[in-house]
Amino acid sequence: MAEVHTVYVPRDTTACSLGAEAIAQQLGRHLAMHSPDCRLVRNGSRGAFWLEPLLEVETEQGRLAYGPVTPEQLPDLLAAGLLAGTTEHPLYLGPVDDIPWLRRQQRLTFARAGVTDPLSIEDYRTHGGFVGLKKALSMTPQALVDEVKASGLRGRGGAAFPAGIKWQTVLDAPADNPGNPQSGRKFIVCNADEGDSGTFADRLVMEADPYMLIEGMIIAGLAVGADYGFIYLRSEYPLAHQVLQEAITRAEQAGWLGADMQGSGRDFQLEVRLGAGAYICGEETSLLDSLEGKRGMVRAKPPLPALKGAFGQPTVVNNVLTLAAVPWIIDQGGQAYANHGQGRSLGTMPFQLAGNIERGGLVELAFGPTLRELVEDFGGGTRSGRPMQAIQVGGPLGAYLPAAQWDTSLDYEAFAEAGAVLGHGGVVVFDDTVDMAQQARFAMEFCMVESCGKCTPCRIGSVRGVEVIDRIIADDNRAAQLDLLAELCDTMEFGSLCAMGGMTPNPVRSAVEHFPDAFGVTPESSAGAA
Amino acid sequence: MTEPTSGAPSAAGSGHDRLRATIGHLVDTYRARPGPLLPILHGVQHSEGHIPDAAIGLIAEALTLTRAEVHGVVSFYPDFHTTPGGQHRLQICRAEACQAQDGRALEQAARDLLQVDWHQTTADGRFTLEPVYCLGNCATGPSVRLDDTVHGRVSAASLQALIERAQHEPVNIQGLLAVSREVDHG
Repeated sequence: MAEVHTVYVPRDTTACSLGAEAIAQQLGRHLAMHSPDCRLVRNGSRGAFWLEPLLEVETEQGRLAYGPVTPEQLPDLLAAGLLAGTTEHPLYLGPVDDIPWLRRQQRLTFARAGVTDPLSIEDYRTHGGFVGLKKALSMTPQALVDEVKASGLRGRGGAAFPAGIKWQTVLDAPADNPGNPQSGRKFIVCNADEGDSGTFADRLVMEADPYMLIEGMIIAGLAVGADYGFIYLRSEYPLAHQVLQEAITRAEQAGWLGADMQGSGRDFQLEVRLGAGAYICGEETSLLDSLEGKRGMVRAKPPLPALKGAFGQPTVVNNVLTLAAVPWIIDQGGQAYANHGQGRSLGTMPFQLAGNIERGGLVELAFGPTLRELVEDFGGGTRSGRPMQAIQVGGPLGAYLPAAQWDTSLDYEAFAEAGAVLGHGGVVVFDDTVDMAQQARFAMEFCMVESCGKCTPCRIGSVRGVEVIDRIIADDNRAAQLDLLAELCDTMEFGSLCAMGGMTPNPVRSAVEHFPDAFGVTPESSAGAA
Repeated sequence: MTEPTSGAPSAAGSGHDRLRATIGHLVDTYRARPGPLLPILHGVQHSEGHIPDAAIGLIAEALTLTRAEVHGVVSFYPDFHTTPGGQHRLQICRAEACQAQDGRALEQAARDLLQVDWHQTTADGRFTLEPVYCLGNCATGPSVRLDDTVHGRVSAASLQALIERAQHEPVNIQGLLAVSREVDHG
C-alpha cells in the first residue's frame, strides 16, 4: 500500500485526557524523521469517546480508523504499517465512515466534528461553513427570525423555549434606554456554562467546530439587530477557551467577524467571558449578573432577558447547541430541519452517553427513539458489565429513571409526561452497585454547594434535605422523615426562584419512588414514601 | 503560581507597587468593555496565584465600586482564592457521571494520597485539593484536572503516578501564558 499523506490525531479534551497529546508528540517526531511528507492534523473529535484516542489516516479508500490507541501502543501500530493504512492490526476499525456507531447517527450540528481541523477556516468552508452566514447577510432580520421559527428549534440548554419566539421578542424590543451607557444596543449571549454532569456537547462544538458557533451568533446578531456577542464560558473548559480565542482571532483576520463583515457594511464583535466555577451561572439570569461583573445571583422574571437582559438591554440568551444549529437551518431552510423529529420536538438532539457506559460519547439523533435504544444499541450497556439500574437524564436536576421507564421516547413532551426532563441531553448510566439513597443525598448536597442563596427554599431547603436524608439512611424515625422529605421537596419545587431549587426534588423524589429499598422502605413500611 | 519573593525587608512595599502596576494594566485593558470586573479578577489571580487583600481596594478604586462590592464578588465564586494555594491545583470531579464510575473511591484516594481534605494545601505547599462539579469528560470518567490538564479513566494508582510526576515538574505556567496572550490581543 502507498504511504499516506495525512494522519489525524484528535485534540479535544477527552482524547487528550486519554493520551492524545503524547501520541501527537511521538508521532510528530516519527514523521519528522521517517516520513517528512506526511502531514499531522489535529482534528476535533467525532465524539466516539469510547474509541479515543481515535487515529485516522487518509487513503484512497477514504479515512481509515484505529482505536482506542494508547501512547504505549503507538510504536507497535507504526511498525505494523499505520502510515501505509494497514488493515492487519488489532486496533484497525475499518473506514471511519463505516463504524456503525457513527454511521447510524443523524448528524446535522455535528457533521464536521472530528472531520476537520477545528481552527482551519479553509476546512470549515470546504465543509459547508459560512454558507448560512453569506445567505443571512442578504436576508432581512424578519426573514431570518421566520426561518428559525419554521425550523421548530427549541432552546437546547434545557428549558426548550422556542428559539424563534425569543428572537422575535428581541427583534421587536426597543433598545433606547436613556441614561444607560449601552442604550441603543442589543446583545447576543451564548450560554456556554455547561455545568450539568453527563454533558459535553457544548464543549465538543467549541473544541471541534468553533466557527459554527461563531457563525450562529453572527446570524443571531443579524436577525435581532445586535452587534456585540458574549460567549460565557465555564472556567472548567481550558481547552475550549484556548480554541475559541484562537478561532475568534482568525475569523476576525479573515473578515468573517468584526467590522464590515465580508464587505457587507455589517459589524459583529465577539468576546469570550470566563466564568469562575459557579454552577448557578448556567441559569440565564445569574449568567447575566455574572457577565455584568456581579455575584451570579438569580434575577426575578419579569423583566424577561429578551427585553431587559445584559446591561439592561434586549438580549438573546441561547445555549451553545441552539446557536450552533442556526447555520444549518439558514443554509438548508427551516423546513428541512423541521423534517427531523416528531410532535413538537423537531430537529435533532445531541444526546450524551456518560457514566458507567460501554460505548460513551455524543450521539446526535432526531427526536423520537427510546431511551433504551440509545443506551443499549448505541451505549452497549454498562462498562462494568453489570446490569443497569438507573439512568439519570438531563443533568443533576433530572430524574433517575428505573428500567420500567426506559421505553420512554426521547422527546420533550414524552419525558415531561414521565415526570422527567430531557434537559441538555445528558444521559448518565449507573449499574446495580449504585446506592440510590446516596445519589438522592448528593442531589441535595449539590444544591447546597451551588445555590446562589437568594431564595430560602433553595438555600436552606437543600441543607435540611441533606440532614433529613441522613436520618432516613440511619433509620432515625424513618417514616416521619420520609413524609418530611416529601413536604420539603414540595416547598423547594413551588417556592424556589429558579430551576436550581425548583428541580432538585426531581432526582430526590424519583430515587425514593423508584428505588424504595435503598431508603429502607419495604412494602410493609411504605406508608411514608414520597 | 506565586512568584518567589526575595524575602528582603522592602519586599512588601515593592510587592504592593507591582500589584498596583498589574492591576493598572488589567484595568486599562478591560475598562472599555462592559462589566470588566470578572476578567480583571481572573487576571489578578493568574498573575498573583490568588487575589490578595490589597487588590480589592485597588480594583474598587479603579472601577468606582465599593470594597464590599468587589469582596462580595470574590467570595461568591469558587475559582477566586484570597490566600495563596499550592503550586499545583488538583481537582477531583465529584459529579454524577464520575460517581457512576466509582468516583467516590477516587475522591477518598486523593485525600489519602495527599493527606489533606477538600480546599486544603499539602504541608509541602505542592498541591491544593479541590472538588469540581464536572469537567465535561463524562464518557471516560472518573476525571481529574491537574492545573490545566484533564485526565480521564483515572484510578487510584494512576492518580498516584500523576501526583508523583507533578512533584518533580516545574510549576505549570499555561494559565499565565493564556492571560498574557489575551492581554496582548486586548
